Amino acid sequence: MSNGMPGTNKPKGIVIGHGEFSAGLVSAVDQICGMAGKLVSLSMKGLTPEDIETAIREELARTGARVIFTDLPAGSATLAARRLVRNDPGLMLVSGVNLATLLDFVFNNEASPEEAARSAAERGKASLIVIERS
Amino acid sequence: MGINLYRIDDRLIHGQVVVGWGQPLNARFLVLVDDLVASSDWEKELYRMAVPPEMEIFFADVASATRDHAKYAADPRPGILITGDVDSMLRLAKGVKAIGSVNIGGVHYRAGRDEKLRYVFLTPAEELQLRALEGSGVEVTAQDVPSARAVPLAEVLDGESK
Repeated sequence: MSNGMPGTNKPKGIVIGHGEFSAGLVSAVDQICGMAGKLVSLSMKGLTPEDIETAIREELARTGARVIFTDLPAGSATLAARRLVRNDPGLMLVSGVNLATLLDFVFNNEASPEEAARSAAERGKASLIVIERS
Repeated sequence: MGINLYRIDDRLIHGQVVVGWGQPLNARFLVLVDDLVASSDWEKELYRMAVPPEMEIFFADVASATRDHAKYAADPRPGILITGDVDSMLRLAKGVKAIGSVNIGGVHYRAGRDEKLRYVFLTPAEELQLRALEGSGVEVTAQDVPSARAVPLAEVLDGESK
C-alpha cells in the first residue's frame, strides 16, 4: 500500500501551465500534505514552443519523472508534451490538471507511472462537481 | 461573419487563441496556415486534438489558403486565421486583398531577433516585411490578448513600449 510518507519525497511528476498556475498548484499540494517535493513546477510564460519542450525534457532527464501534468488541452505546454510523449514510450501526459489530480498522484507511491497518471486523472475528473441548492 | 481575426503567432494553436480570443469572438472555426503543418498528418492531428469540439479547424499552406480564402470569408460562422510567422502572413496578404488588419500575437525570441514588445521579437527582415504589409494598406497592430491595448506597428518597431 502507498503511504505517501515524506521519506519518499522525490520528484515524479512535472507540472507546467500558464502564468503561475503550476507554482500555485504545487504550493497548494504542499500546504495540504507537505509533498511538493514530489512535483516540479514549470511556467511556460514567455517561452517559445521549442523552449517549452526543451524545459520539460531537461526536467525529465534531471529528475527521472515520468508523468507530465499540463493545464489546457489546447495550451502550448500540452502540445510540447505531446511531442515528447510521441518519442518516449511510457512517458505519460495528463492535461487539465487540478488540485485533486495532483493530490491523488503524490500519494500514489507504488503504482507505475501509467497507473498513477490514470488514477490521478480519474480523481481529478471526479472532483469537478456542480452543487446547487436542492 | 467569416474571418474576424488574422493573427501571426508562432505558437499557432494555444490557449490565447482558442480561449483568449476564441471565446469573445465566439470563434467557430480556425484556419491554420502553415506550410510545414499542412504537409504533415501527425502535426495536423496534434493541432486538431487541441481544438475544442465546437471549433472546426482547417489546415492550409499559403498557396491553398490564398486560393480558398473566399470560402473562409463567406463562412457564416466567426473564424480566426493564424500564421506561424510574418513571412507567411505577408505572402497570404499579397494574394488576398480582403485582409484589412493583422494582429501580431506572438513572435518570440530566437537568435537574430530583437525585442520590440514582451511577446514580439523581430529580425530586421521581419521588420521590413511588416512595413511592407502595412504599406500595402493592411492595418498592423500587436496585441496578445483582447484586454490589452492594440499597439500600432510604428510603436512596436520603435521598441519604446517593451
